Amino acid sequence: MAEGITPAELSKQLGRTFPEVQAVFDDLAASAIARLPEDGVRAWLEGGKFLGSLGRGAEPMLVFFEESPEVAAILGVEAIDLLQKTAYAISRTPNGRAMVPFLQTAAVAARRLESMEMFEAYLKLVLHVMQESTTSVHGIVATHPSPCFEDFLKSVPTLLANLSLAGLSNWVEFGLRGYANDPEGQANYFALQAPEAHQVMARERHGTLLVDRERALGLYLRAMWRQDMRLAPFMRWFDEIRSRKPFFDKGTAHLPDVLDDMVCASGRVAGMDIYRAMLAHLAAHRRWTRPMIADNYSPFQRVAIEVFEDARVDLLACREWPGLRGLYLALHPRPEEEAAPADACDVHHRLAMFSRAVLDPDHGYRDAVLLEFVARFHELFDKAGDSQAFARLAVEWYVKSRKPSDISTTLFLDDTDVPFRDDNRLMWIFIEPDEEDEQAASSSELEHEQPALPPIHYDEWDARAGHYRPDWVCLYEHLHPSGDASGIDALLAKHGPLLKRLQRLIDMLKPQNKVRIRFQEEGSELDLDVAIRSLVDYRAGSQPDMRINMSHRTDGRSIAVSLLLDLSVSLNEKPAGAERTILELSREAVSLLGWAVQQTGDPLAIGGFHSNSRHEVRYYHLKGWSEDWNDAVKARIAAMQGAYSTRMGAAMRHAGRALASQQAEKKLLLVLTDGRPHDVDVKDEQYLIRDAHKAVQELDAEGIYTFCINLDPQADEYVSDIFGSHYTVIDHVERLPEKLPELFLRLTK
Amino acid sequence: MDNIREQYLVKKKPFYQPQHDEVELYEAAYAARLPVMIKGPTGCGKSRFIEYMAWKLGKPLISVACNEDMTASDLVGRYLLDAEGTRWLDGPLTMAARIGAICYLDEIVEARQDTTVVIHPLTDHRRSLPLDKKGELVEAHPDFQLVISYNPGYQSLMKDLKQSTKQRFAAFEFDYPDPDVETEIVANETGVDRDVAARLVKIGIAARNLKGHGLDEGISTRLLVYAATLIRQGISPRAACRMALVRPITDDADIRDTLDHAIDAAFEA
Repeated sequence: MAEGITPAELSKQLGRTFPEVQAVFDDLAASAIARLPEDGVRAWLEGGKFLGSLGRGAEPMLVFFEESPEVAAILGVEAIDLLQKTAYAISRTPNGRAMVPFLQTAAVAARRLESMEMFEAYLKLVLHVMQESTTSVHGIVATHPSPCFEDFLKSVPTLLANLSLAGLSNWVEFGLRGYANDPEGQANYFALQAPEAHQVMARERHGTLLVDRERALGLYLRAMWRQDMRLAPFMRWFDEIRSRKPFFDKGTAHLPDVLDDMVCASGRVAGMDIYRAMLAHLAAHRRWTRPMIADNYSPFQRVAIEVFEDARVDLLACREWPGLRGLYLALHPRPEEEAAPADACDVHHRLAMFSRAVLDPDHGYRDAVLLEFVARFHELFDKAGDSQAFARLAVEWYVKSRKPSDISTTLFLDDTDVPFRDDNRLMWIFIEPDEEDEQAASSSELEHEQPALPPIHYDEWDARAGHYRPDWVCLYEHLHPSGDASGIDALLAKHGPLLKRLQRLIDMLKPQNKVRIRFQEEGSELDLDVAIRSLVDYRAGSQPDMRINMSHRTDGRSIAVSLLLDLSVSLNEKPAGAERTILELSREAVSLLGWAVQQTGDPLAIGGFHSNSRHEVRYYHLKGWSEDWNDAVKARIAAMQGAYSTRMGAAMRHAGRALASQQAEKKLLLVLTDGRPHDVDVKDEQYLIRDAHKAVQELDAEGIYTFCINLDPQADEYVSDIFGSHYTVIDHVERLPEKLPELFLRLTK
Repeated sequence: MDNIREQYLVKKKPFYQPQHDEVELYEAAYAARLPVMIKGPTGCGKSRFIEYMAWKLGKPLISVACNEDMTASDLVGRYLLDAEGTRWLDGPLTMAARIGAICYLDEIVEARQDTTVVIHPLTDHRRSLPLDKKGELVEAHPDFQLVISYNPGYQSLMKDLKQSTKQRFAAFEFDYPDPDVETEIVANETGVDRDVAARLVKIGIAARNLKGHGLDEGISTRLLVYAATLIRQGISPRAACRMALVRPITDDADIRDTLDHAIDAAFEA
């Protein structure tokens, strides 16, 4: 392009420089001259010279010389200047070393983003990551290099291959916010080592997500194949040379977590249809494949047997559901005859052709061996041959079609991947006794170590980012330990007069609403409206309606209540001017409430929670839905203890989940707490408050009425942010025991 | 009397494909005049079977579709007012008892429980029906038989028969026919060729597999017949199936997609 300039001329202008650069400069210059116009070449030289003068060695200069022509070729000459300026901005921080990965990935980013505007936005994002993740002293002077910036730059190619720039930006924000106080976690996240990194990426990326369609796929299996499999996602698009295939293991079908629509010769195949094809193939294997002992065959024989068996079950599936053939053929590659180089091992390619030919009558292949075996295959198929018979045919095929090049180490794999087929682990039995013993031993050890119930994961709402953090909180369920039940009875006895007053209130609550049942032939009263209408009919000569009476029934009361107790450490405090701790008062209040609810006959569950970081939220069952107000329950309440922190959102979601499954017209979640949501791993006070608020909204959407009883004198600052107007603050904590049941009765009147 | 009886006779032979030995069993039950209960999902041929048996035995058939507003007098009869005063009008059950018809109470659980007890005296050794408002005791005609049907599929707590009612009947349990028989039925009933009928049946079975997973009832034989009828009229099979098989039975998007896919897989484009 810039013909007027020679490499020698440029070399002179560059002057004295690093020997590493000197050695390759002529080649680099020639390539730049070939790709850039004259002003571009000048900018290229100036930029390189400048980066060389920053005192960070030869590498930035060298990488710049190598990569920037390509960026400029895609985006225009101005990009060179921009690239140099950004690199300079990076070099002025403690992250100077990141200049090199930045320049190395610039060309990839340019290729993905394609426009100057997008590229500028990308550079801004890069600088944003650097600034946000670099530690600074007093917010002014940046001192330590960012823990994650270099990792981030190295992940950029993978990220951009899967995400749009907007998606990338969300992904980055999540990493910066979610790990603000956890440099190690942040580094893992940006290096794509943390599972969250993949989860967020899966959420931001395009395509059909398995988790979204799990139910539909389950229905598909059940309807068309009468099979039940659990579905589990795996990630496969991340730094893998050959993509992982679906597989079936221990009752679970493992499928890719996300699938893009596929464009093929006959049109577009939706991601959902690819999932269906995968499941159809697995289901067909399960129905028709009999496992074989793998040790009897050589590796290539095994490959051949697998392809024959795949083709056989696919053909059987097509016989069952003829419309599947169209889907299979759209997804199955169409390998070209004689595409493989002569010296490469093309067994896979030959087999792919074979499997195509079996499924597709219009395959158009001419190879004699292939045609012979396709004919024999169909013949055997019509005779309903089983897995073993086809394995023999496959071995025979391999013997017949063997070529000298099969021993070559270069594998020819173009057009051999059939995307809907699994890895065929379910058709082999491996006889390796030693390993089995070991596995058996280790699995039994594991079982001993596992404690009671597996954790339940809940999302948490990040209000600043405006999205959920997926599976962020681990919640463990426990049955609360028991204490001495008689203590509770003594407490109740102490409150004799209060109980009498409550009893009166409860009696008034007993169902008494009358509902009219009209149009009764026999009933307790005459329904005048209908009677008059009937009389008119009668006078007019038409047939009167005889159902002129009405009767009544009393309307039932249908309220399910879940009481959620905050069991955090602050419970052990004594409020100012009180003689007893909040814990003791709560215990009394809960006892009275339990008694009162028992009297009304409403179903009641009592749970308590505390948390020790997001990895451990403990939820204690004090009273289950089906339990009576008996000694076992009282014993658990007597043993209540305060410890750890208050992560309210997850506990509310958990209590709400059980409440939602109750059959009742009205559902009430009472939250008794003595302080603001708080946890050891969260610095931002607002974060947990907003999350709890989100949880309240979620419950509201499920028809659950949430109400908070707060004992914190400073509650006004935050409680309405969480519960709206559904709260009451009890100022005299001493009066909690009588207030709580009264409040309940008032709420449910 | 005779012309009433005439009116309820089944004139034309209904098409019915026996599945097992239910025809012989029913004949035996009728010979002993045992009350019969027929259970089975909707659209599997319960009503058709009774119609066929009535035709085969040459007895009149009086069918009553039960609903929750039905009262005892809707079955037994009531006084009507006319210009001269009042006049008694027999209900279908009384009528059947008088003329010796087979009285078929379809979907009996829909009726309120206090309604169903009026059939009790007709179903045991008494074989009589007291009309207390009229002050008459109707002795059942020797040919009279009572048949009820119900669908245990959508059984809710509220909709079940009392034990005292259940234990008065001999029962048949109907289900959707075997694929081959069902194919035969669809083909015979509509005249579509056997291959199309077999594919329709396959879709029906796919939907029945989803029962309890979002579907209360699978696709019935009746709907398959509808679909086949549409196909006979020249509608494309895919469109006919969507219209007759899927859209009526579900509003659930996931189930709809699954069944649509089953249709596409059964009828290749």
